[in-house]
Amino acid sequence: MPFDYYLNIAASGLLTGLVYGLAALGLSVIFGVVRVVNFAHGEMMVAGMYGAVLLASLLGLDPILAAPVVAAVLFAFGWVLQRGLVNRFVERPEHMQFILLLGIATIILNAMLMLFGPDSRNVMVPYSFDTVEVGPLLLDAVRLRAGAGAIVVAAVLFAFFRFSRTGKAIRACADNPLGARVVGLNIDGLYALTFGIGAGVVGIAGALMTLLVDSRPQLAPEYTLLSFIIVIVGGLGSLPGALLGGMLIGFSEAMAGFLLDPSLKSLFSYGVLIVVLLLRPQGLLGKRS
Amino acid sequence: MTGRGIVLLALCGVLLLAAPMIADRYVLSVLTTVLWFAYVGQAWNVMMGFSGLLSLGHALYVGLGAYVSAALFVHFGIGPWAGMWVAMLAATAAGCFIGFLGFRFGVRGVHFALLTIAFAEVARIGFDHLQWFGGSGGFFIPVAGDAGNDLLNLRGSPELFYYVILALVLVALALSRVLLHSRLGYQWLAVREEPEAAEAVGVDLFRARIAAVAVSSALTALGGVFQAFYFNNLFPEQVFSMGRSIEIILPAIVGGIGTLIGPILGAFILTPLGELLTFLIEATGFDLPGLKQLFYGVALVVIVVYRPDGVWPWLADRLGLVRRPGEDA
Repeated sequence: MPFDYYLNIAASGLLTGLVYGLAALGLSVIFGVVRVVNFAHGEMMVAGMYGAVLLASLLGLDPILAAPVVAAVLFAFGWVLQRGLVNRFVERPEHMQFILLLGIATIILNAMLMLFGPDSRNVMVPYSFDTVEVGPLLLDAVRLRAGAGAIVVAAVLFAFFRFSRTGKAIRACADNPLGARVVGLNIDGLYALTFGIGAGVVGIAGALMTLLVDSRPQLAPEYTLLSFIIVIVGGLGSLPGALLGGMLIGFSEAMAGFLLDPSLKSLFSYGVLIVVLLLRPQGLLGKRS
Repeated sequence: MTGRGIVLLALCGVLLLAAPMIADRYVLSVLTTVLWFAYVGQAWNVMMGFSGLLSLGHALYVGLGAYVSAALFVHFGIGPWAGMWVAMLAATAAGCFIGFLGFRFGVRGVHFALLTIAFAEVARIGFDHLQWFGGSGGFFIPVAGDAGNDLLNLRGSPELFYYVILALVLVALALSRVLLHSRLGYQWLAVREEPEAAEAVGVDLFRARIAAVAVSSALTALGGVFQAFYFNNLFPEQVFSMGRSIEIILPAIVGGIGTLIGPILGAFILTPLGELLTFLIEATGFDLPGLKQLFYGVALVVIVVYRPDGVWPWLADRLGLVRRPGEDA
């Protein structure tokens, strides 16, 4: 087998991994600030996918252009969810939060099943079958665009948290909720904003994902688990870690699917998770608490 | 418990004992399912309810119990009463390994839960590829036909299985009660409420937690043995699925985590609710895939928002079945 072949597989795995990473970024943002694990994350991602599918079939919109619309809708959903339900669970034990979000995940998943049916839906774009030559690599145009989109959104998110006043306020909340309250920050409002941002980001990841895979409701629990694995592998609370973890998981999935058996690919992700938990429980870029 | 509580409990016990004489086949199969969930919910409760360890991968222990006992029976002719010890051993070994990984490295709370999911998923994919266990095509125990009731090999009528699972529930209930009032049980509660304080007074956190995992996984495996011989077929996609793990934890959550009666009550609420929903959906002809699960999701949210401690503590208090806190239980 020529070396180029492996290089191609690796590159496409890494590009897919960027989209995974973006989804995990949304989870990481929510957990890092609100301290609630969003067990409905994959469900929100698939909702984003169906949003893009719907916009493509109704308006002929490219998923990349549909992404901002999807993000806005999911932002609103996340905001309302945090305000209405999740906020009163912030102080409650973890297993209660889990059950609440599990209930919400079940509702979203089955609402999608009822609305769109169990069959997969795909989005056709003019460049569906194009490939781009980069040096020795031959990359799918869709994968390249999805990966690039993920990088752009991640960069915007980093800039927002680093430089904007609101972003700094959210980070203050994450570091010390009590202190943030003392200096007069509206914690509940910032939590709602954060949950909205996390939901919006995973919505974009979903929209980008429609370029790579067909939408099925059954994908949702898989993506929830995948996002968790990535966040833990990358390091809790570390945004670059989420992207790195996503790329690592994307890479290992692609390699496992190619070298062994596609049905074994998620086994590799779990393998990576177990190894990381064993050797570096704080994650690749996480700080030891 | 108050006198009233004991009378009510005894009444329920008598009803359950007499059920096969009154109920038809359908009701009996529903009751068997209810009791199965009550049993594994009880087993899960030992970890979450008593010691505060959130496991979301209990399907792993069910599956190991089921597959090990079924394989021993089919491949070597070893009956379930002997095979169950091996099955429990396998599940306990897996549980202790996960516990060792988690507790050693300070993997707590949600992350520990994730570790348990990861192992259940690894088992699911692994068993899909293990041909000795039938792989993804499923593993089957031959059905004996009309050979009559054979308690030794756990082959026979629905009534036989009903009484077996009823006995399991009662054993698990008694065991939970004994454990909860033992030295270990008090250690568990201390570890659940205040790990640091528990450690300060000399409780070995690691040992107490491992003990909880061991008891819980062994009990759960027994539920798996029952499942294997009751249904006679096993598919990794069902047995080890995350959905199954969630089904296992729901009765205890709905009924009341950490209580003895909670998981049983929860199972008696959830399974009939599911049957009722199926019936209503069929009766109205408004059959959409996912509708039933949607109601489940709504029920879950409603319960956790309005009865976060579960139904049993609230019900017991309203009906005066238990003494109020402060009085000696």
